[in-house]
Amino acid sequence: MPSYQMTVNGVDQEIEAEPNMPLLWVLRDLLGLVGTKFGCGIAQCGACTVHIDDIPMPACSVTVAAVAGRSVRTIEGLADGAQLHPLQKEWIAQDVAQCGYCQSGQLMSAAALLKRNPNPTDDDIDDAMAGSYCRCGTYIRIRSAIHSAASQMAANYVNAAEKKV
Amino acid sequence: MNMKLDRRSFLRVTSIAGGGFILSSVVPGALAEGSKAEAAVTSAELNAFIKVSSDGKITIYSANAEMGQGIKTTLPMIIAEELGARWEDVEVLQSPVNQELFGLQMAGGSTTVPRTWNQMRQMGASAREMFISAGSLVMELPREELKTQNSMVTHESGRSMTFGQLASLAAKQAVPDVETLEFKSREDYTIIGTSISGVDNLVIVTGTALFGIDTRVPDMLYAAYHKCPAIGGTVVSANIEEIKALPGIVDAFIVEGNDDPTELLDGIAIVGTNTFAVFDAKSKLKVKWDESDASTDSWTALVEQAKAKQSQRGDDEIVDKGDVRAAFANPDTTTIEAFYEYPFVAHLCMEPMNCTAHYKKGKGLLDDDTLEMWVPTQGPGRALSIADSMFGLGKDQVTVHQMRLGGSFGRRVYKEYIAEVIEISKRMEAPVKLTWTREDDIRHDFFRSGGFQSVKGAVDKQGKLVAFENHFFGMQHDGKPVSGSRFGANEFPILNIENAYASKTMFEIDIPCGPWRAPGSNTNAFVVQGFLDELAHAGGRDYLDFLLELMGEPRWFDEGNVRSLNTGRAAGVIKRAAKEAGWGRQMPTGRGLGLAFYLSHAGHIAEVAEVSVDANKKLTVHQVTVAVDVGPIINRSGAISQVQGAVIDGLSTMMAQKITFEKGRVQQSNFHDYPVLRMPDAPRVDVHFIESDYSPTGLGEPALPPLAPAVANAIFAASGHRVRKMPLVEEGYTM
Ligand code: FES
Ligand code: FES
Repeated sequence: MPSYQMTVNGVDQEIEAEPNMPLLWVLRDLLGLVGTKFGCGIAQCGACTVHIDDIPMPACSVTVAAVAGRSVRTIEGLADGAQLHPLQKEWIAQDVAQCGYCQSGQLMSAAALLKRNPNPTDDDIDDAMAGSYCRCGTYIRIRSAIHSAASQMAANYVNAAEKKV
Repeated sequence: MNMKLDRRSFLRVTSIAGGGFILSSVVPGALAEGSKAEAAVTSAELNAFIKVSSDGKITIYSANAEMGQGIKTTLPMIIAEELGARWEDVEVLQSPVNQELFGLQMAGGSTTVPRTWNQMRQMGASAREMFISAGSLVMELPREELKTQNSMVTHESGRSMTFGQLASLAAKQAVPDVETLEFKSREDYTIIGTSISGVDNLVIVTGTALFGIDTRVPDMLYAAYHKCPAIGGTVVSANIEEIKALPGIVDAFIVEGNDDPTELLDGIAIVGTNTFAVFDAKSKLKVKWDESDASTDSWTALVEQAKAKQSQRGDDEIVDKGDVRAAFANPDTTTIEAFYEYPFVAHLCMEPMNCTAHYKKGKGLLDDDTLEMWVPTQGPGRALSIADSMFGLGKDQVTVHQMRLGGSFGRRVYKEYIAEVIEISKRMEAPVKLTWTREDDIRHDFFRSGGFQSVKGAVDKQGKLVAFENHFFGMQHDGKPVSGSRFGANEFPILNIENAYASKTMFEIDIPCGPWRAPGSNTNAFVVQGFLDELAHAGGRDYLDFLLELMGEPRWFDEGNVRSLNTGRAAGVIKRAAKEAGWGRQMPTGRGLGLAFYLSHAGHIAEVAEVSVDANKKLTVHQVTVAVDVGPIINRSGAISQVQGAVIDGLSTMMAQKITFEKGRVQQSNFHDYPVLRMPDAPRVDVHFIESDYSPTGLGEPALPPLAPAVANAIFAASGHRVRKMPLVEEGYTM
């Protein structure tokens, strides 16, 4: 069986798998990172969203061969050690989840959005999040949690800058 | 371990080594000396409901399945409130499956809160009284002068002791008689009515394993199961050898079912080293099916049959009250007729059906077979019952781990995915996780039944409703109506008016149907509230006035039955929703408000939708205002979330979801042809609670039914087009 090198949440991994095995099952079944969810398998629902070289991608529709040599970040690697990402904190504070199944994908889509657009409008959020279905209908709180996390991150940035001065 | 038992209260207190307090509940009847419950209570602290350890940590075990309805947070809040705990000191754990101890561990039908409200309060209040007794002994103060708050027993003098300090002694106090317990009054609540974030939220946002599909056990194999696309088809042959030779495949075999879709249908099991291998192999299966006994159901045929009979009365009478014919014939009345249609829909839980089982063969005689299961289910007792009925395993041979559910909406009351994996694990003699593909999940659902209603009504010169008639077309299987396919003699507005007639014609189908969020109500509301709005317009009336007039004086229709219509509660939510939404205000062209009320699962709920429709039938649902009376709200955050979710779910379903079938084959398969509402289309949802003094009832379901008619009525107000068919895409609407 061929073998592939990649970095997953900062850790180098060597994966032995069939070349057409989707990254989703590499993560869930081979590496035991079950935070990335299976929803549809056809790039329609966003439950499997991960970052590949910082770009949000549906892990169900990217093969292991295509990820070789790249860097993957999953929900398990969103927090900075014990320090939760501001989005994760807001998700808890605003009690976003219902069943919770879609939320890994929602968080990863949102994190990618804030990385490229630290101050998104409602429309920016809608655009970035349109590919992530929530069957329980938690969209209203997701939108609001993204806004709060964005302002929190901006405040942290200002604080950090002031400390430096 | 030292145990005290109070048989009247059915609560049992236990002290634990190292100092600590456990209060558990025991059902009557299970109290016989030496019974299994007795043994289980003494055997492990895990069976307790409340545990307070000497360091002050309070653990509450939640017995019901969590599927997003928030029950794992809500019920412990009730206990903690009566106990006088500080929420920060409370940890909630999922209790193991044991119905003798925990009662019916079944979530569904929005019944969990009403069923357990008193039970949880008794549990909390009993523990509170025992801590007060302990505090009174140690502080040498009269117990009447003591109370609990912030996980402490306190006295007005300022003296206090923590629960942790008192735990050992509290465990030695007698369990109070239930009759003597006094519950806190609502003004004194510090936890109930507040917003508490779900107890699993940290686990969810960090992606830690939690759901059934996340189960991993040592040496586990992965499985897929392929059934006949026409329900009930049996396997003649398949390319098993070819499949077995594929990479990552460990085994493949034909499973002979018992022809019962709720248990085990014929199929091909594919077992491998990872999910991808088995899914990929499944896509390469070539199966010859024998469909001679399979379903031949056809949606288009059902539509034709219903339309052909729409102007007749149905085969069976449901209710005949007053004289509708005379009312329709009266020249002073205006009579209108309409034909409504709604499709079959799927549950589409975000987490596809799955289950993990480990069947271990015993060595015979004294070494029985055993089974361990990790099950995402609404009723773990069903996993036990199927292990018994189909595999002959008694309760003491089976261990069930209740997993969190990635959605259910009624789907996971079924157990066929459990039977499938037990069968596969038994054959493999290994732990196996079965995962359904999304295609399996949509095609092999227990659908919300579709149907038709041919309605007729009359208003008098004052625009007052004087007669209502309905010919209900429903679905049945083996002569029994399928879940939710019913129109009752007490359906609103039959009890409210003098002349009413309802009859039904039932079509026999094989496509499996099952409960789907607010069964029956989710379709009847669409028809009745839409048609009443039509009648209001026919009588030149405003729908708000028309509806309030129908409600009349505040009264129960079935005194003492909280699940029956209370016209006072109904009028309360209708007025509130109308007021908050600005009912009656001037709207720009192409924009309108629609109102609907519905009672389901004891929840009285009114909704007003604000909708724009453009020339190309593009819809914008700007806002939905919801007024809810389900009694006191326990977790405000969870309650608002349930209402928002139900509105979005209702809109999602109404907009574009439809399951069709021809020759017994379901024609949809995945999100591309069965779409869910996306974030950009989600309306604002404005939620208002009328917290009446009635016992609290569930909120998982009742906010859904009024949404569809509210939107349909708003579309009429905005555009003059009457929507009588779901989904809206079939009427040319887009979002
Ligand atoms: S599972 Fe990948 S997008 Fe749905
Ligand atoms: S929280 Fe259940 S699918 Fe999003």
